[in-house]
Amino acid sequence: MRYLVYILKRLVALIPVLIGISLIVFFLIRLIPGDPAATLLGSHATPETVHELRTQLGLTQPVWRQYLTFLGHLLHGNLGYSYVYSSSVVDLITTSLPVTLWLLVSGTVFTLLIAVPLAVLAAARRNGIADNVIRAVPVVGLGLPSFWLGIILILVFGLKLHWFPVAGYGTSLTEHLRGIVLPGITVALALSPILIRSLRASMIEVLSSDYIVTAHSKGISTSRVVLGHALRNAAVSSVTVLGVNIAYLTGTTLVVERVFSLPGIGQQMINSILGRDFPTVQGITLTFAIMVVVVNLLTDLTHAALDPRVKLS
Amino acid sequence: MTPPLLEVRDLHVEIPMPYGRLHAVRGVSLSVDTAESVGLVGESGSGKSLTLRALLGLLPRPARIVSGAILIDGEDVTGLPAKRLKRRLADTMSMVFQDSLTALNPVMRVGDQIAEAPQRRLGASRGEAKAIAVDLMTEVGIADPERRYRLYPHELSGGMRQRICIAIALSTKPRLILADEPTTALDVTIQAQVLGVLARLRQEEHVGLLLVSHDLAVVGQACSRLYVMYAGRVVASGDLVDLVTAPRHPYTFSLLRSVPDPDRRVARLLSIQGQPPDLAETITGCSFAVRCPFAEDACRDWEPELLPAGPARLSACRRIDTADRWTAMVAEEVSP
Amino acid sequence: MSAVITTVDPTTPLVDTGRRARGRRNVTLTVGLGLFGLIVLCAVCAPLLTGQDPIKQDLNSAFLGPGSAGHLLGTDELGRDVLARLLYGARVDLRVGVLAVISPFIIGSLVGLVAGWFGGWVDAIIGRIVDMVIAFPFLVLVIALVFAMGPGTTSIYTAITLVGWVAYCRIVRGQVLVAKEQEYAMAAKASGLPTWRILLRHLLPNVILQAIIFSMSDIVLTLLAIVTLGYLGLGVPPPTPDWGSMIQEGQQFILTKWYMSTIPGLAIVITGLALALIADGIVEKANQ
Repeated sequence: MRYLVYILKRLVALIPVLIGISLIVFFLIRLIPGDPAATLLGSHATPETVHELRTQLGLTQPVWRQYLTFLGHLLHGNLGYSYVYSSSVVDLITTSLPVTLWLLVSGTVFTLLIAVPLAVLAAARRNGIADNVIRAVPVVGLGLPSFWLGIILILVFGLKLHWFPVAGYGTSLTEHLRGIVLPGITVALALSPILIRSLRASMIEVLSSDYIVTAHSKGISTSRVVLGHALRNAAVSSVTVLGVNIAYLTGTTLVVERVFSLPGIGQQMINSILGRDFPTVQGITLTFAIMVVVVNLLTDLTHAALDPRVKLS
Repeated sequence: MTPPLLEVRDLHVEIPMPYGRLHAVRGVSLSVDTAESVGLVGESGSGKSLTLRALLGLLPRPARIVSGAILIDGEDVTGLPAKRLKRRLADTMSMVFQDSLTALNPVMRVGDQIAEAPQRRLGASRGEAKAIAVDLMTEVGIADPERRYRLYPHELSGGMRQRICIAIALSTKPRLILADEPTTALDVTIQAQVLGVLARLRQEEHVGLLLVSHDLAVVGQACSRLYVMYAGRVVASGDLVDLVTAPRHPYTFSLLRSVPDPDRRVARLLSIQGQPPDLAETITGCSFAVRCPFAEDACRDWEPELLPAGPARLSACRRIDTADRWTAMVAEEVSP
Repeated sequence: MSAVITTVDPTTPLVDTGRRARGRRNVTLTVGLGLFGLIVLCAVCAPLLTGQDPIKQDLNSAFLGPGSAGHLLGTDELGRDVLARLLYGARVDLRVGVLAVISPFIIGSLVGLVAGWFGGWVDAIIGRIVDMVIAFPFLVLVIALVFAMGPGTTSIYTAITLVGWVAYCRIVRGQVLVAKEQEYAMAAKASGLPTWRILLRHLLPNVILQAIIFSMSDIVLTLLAIVTLGYLGLGVPPPTPDWGSMIQEGQQFILTKWYMSTIPGLAIVITGLALALIADGIVEKANQ
C-alpha cells in the first residue's frame, strides 16, 4: 500500500519532466534554418506544396498557439502523419517499438550475465590476477564504438561461424530469439564496463563491512555470504548506476539496430532522417525520451524495493 | 581433569603495512571453561579485539595469524583444513559485535538473519528455522517476536538490535559467545539489560562468555575471571575480585584508578599517562615501563614473563613483591 | 551525458595507489599521454607520413589488400588509400572531438557556478532545463538536433554543446554547493568583492577539478558520438575522410575486405584507450 502511494507520487512528479520533453521536441522544428517547410521539401518543391506543408506543420500560427496545438495532439496520442510512409507516426512507432524494447531488455540481461560474475570475482579476489584484468575492462571499454563491435561480432559469429543470423529479426519467435543475441551482446558490451566498475567498488566496500563478518561468524558457506549478503547490498547502489546508464545507452540501441538491420524505432529514425520525414523523427525522439523516463522510474522503484531504508513517504 | 572448552596458546597476529609489519598480538595465551564468563580488558589498540576475531578466523584483511594454537576441548584445531576449521570454530563459538547497526545486514529482515544459520547449517526447513528464530527472539527478551521478525535493522532501537545480534549468535547453538564491546554503543540502562541476557544464558543454557571491553565496570558486571592486555600481551590474569581488590600489575592498577570513582576521587591522579608503544616496532624490556609510576631502570631491560602472583593468578611484573605498597602509596598521596 | 559521470569513480583508479609506495611515477598518465601524443603527432604529420591523397579516387586500383605497393593498408572500394584516409580522418575526428568538448565545458561550468551560487529560483529554473535535456538519450538528441540544423561540422558542434553542457553544469553545481559553505568563500563574500570576481577568481579554481576530470572521458564519448554520426551518414559530409564513415563503407565488404572496417575501428579503440588512461591518470593524481 505504501509502495503504491510511492509509485503514484513518483508518477505525479514526472509531469514537469514530460512537459519539458514536449517543449524540446516541439522546438526541434524551430531549429531548421530558413523556412522549415522549404528546407524539408528540398529544392524541387513548388510554392504550393511548401505552403501546404507550412499549414500542415502549423507554421502559419503564432508560436504559443503552435505549441498548444502540438500538446493537444500529443494528449490525444496524435504525433502527426508521415508523408514518406503514408501512415500515422503513432502506427509507425507502435510497430517498431517492440523490437527496440526487446533489444533493450536482452541487452540488460546480457549485461547482468557479463558484469555480475566478473565484478563479484574481482571483488572477492581483490588485487588478484583476475581483478587486475577485470579492472582494465572499463578503461578499454570506454572508447569501444558499439557499431564497430557489432560489425566484428557479425563477421566472427555470423559470417565465419554461422552461429547467428547476420542481420534482421526474422518472423517467428525462434528467429527473434536467435536474431537478438548478437545485438543484445553488443548493447551489453557497451553497458557492462560501467556496471563492472560500479559493482566491483560497492562489493569491495560491502565485503569489508561488519555484517559480512557477522554472516561469516554464522559458519555459513563463503559463497552464501558473498551472494546472499554482499551482492544484495552491493546491488542496492549499483541498480541506480545501471538504470541511469541504460537510460543513457538507449541511444546505443539506435546504432545497434542500424548495424544489425533490426526494424526498431532507432532504425526507423535514421531512415526517416535520410528521408527528411520530420514528423516521424520528432515522434521517435519523443518516444526515446519517454523510454528514458520510464527506465528511470523503474530504476527508482527497483531501488526502493531492494532497499528497505528508502523512505517511501 | 577435563580440558578447558577453549584454550589459546601463544597466539601471534600481524598486520602487514606499507612500511613493515605491525605485530598486534604478541603471544597471547588464555583459556575459558564451559559456562565460564571471562573478561579481556585493555585500552583500544591493545590487541584484544584482534585476539577475539582471530579465534573465529574472522580477522579483518590483511591481518593474519602468524603462529599459535587454538584448542577446543583439548584438541588442537589449528591444523585442520580451512573449511573444516571454520566449521569447527563456528560450531563452538559465535560472536556479538560492538555496533549492532553495522553488524546487521541492512537489507535483510532481522528474523531471516537469525533463521539463516539454522536453515543453512543445521538443516532445518524454512518453517522450522523461522520457529527457531522466534524462540530465540523470545529467549533474548524481545516482546512480540512474530511482528519484529519482519522488521529491518534500522527500524529497531539499539538495545533491540543488540538482542537480535545475540539471538543470531545463539542460532548456531554455540557453547561460547565472544562479545566485542557489546554494550559500548548503548546507554547504561540498556547496557545492564543486555548484560543480563548474557548472564541468564550462561546460567540457564550454560553458554560461556568471553567479553572484550575497555570498560572495567562492564566486565565487572558480567565476568568472574579477567585477562588484562597491554600492547599485544596478556600482562595479568586472575579472579575478578582478587584483581580488583588487590592488583598485582601496575597496569591493572592504573586501569582501576582510571575508572571514575566518585568516592575516592583518585581518578585524575593516576589516570594513565602517555601513549601505548608503537606495535610496528620491536619492544625490548617491559612495554609498560615508560608509563609505569612504579618503574625502575631495571624494568626497561627485563623481558616480561607471566609470573605466579597468588592462587590462580599471573602477572608480568618484576616488582610484584612491592604490589601491596602501591595501594598505600597512592592512598597517602590522595588523603587530604 | 550525466550517466557517464559514474564511469569516473574517483575512489577506484585503475592502478591501486594504496598498495604502491608514494612517489612512484604515475604510469597510467604517462602511458596515456604518450599514446595520445603519438596519435596527435600522426594526425598533424599526415602529409609527411603518406604521399597519397585521401580523397583521390582510382577505380583501377580499388580493393587492394594491405601491403600493396604504395598502399600500406590497402585501398577501399573507390581505390582511395586507406592509410591516408585513416591519418586525415584522425585530423577531422580529433579536432572535432576536442573542440566539441570545449564549449559545453565552458558553458556548463559557468551555468553550474551561477546555479550553485545563487540558488533559489535561478537554480530551480536551471535545474528544470537540465532535467529536460537529460530526459533524452545523448545520442538521440544530438542526432535529432543535427538533423534539424542540417549536416556539417557547425551543426555537430552546436548539437553537442546544446546537449553536453548539462553534465558539467551538474558537476560544478554540486561542487559549488559544498564550496560556498567553506570559509574562504564566506570571507570573499563578506569582503564585498563584486560577485563575478568571487565566482571566477575564488570559487571557480576550487570547483573546476571534477569538471576537468570528467572532460577527459567526455572527449572519448564525444569522439564516439562523432564517429557514430559518421557511421550513420549524419556526420562530417563526404568526401572528407572520417573513421565512422570508413567503417560504414567497409561494412558491406566485411567478409572479403575485413580490413576496411577493422582498421579505422582499431584506431578509435586505441584513441579511446589513450584518453581513458589519461582520465584515469588524472583521477589518480587528484587522489594523491
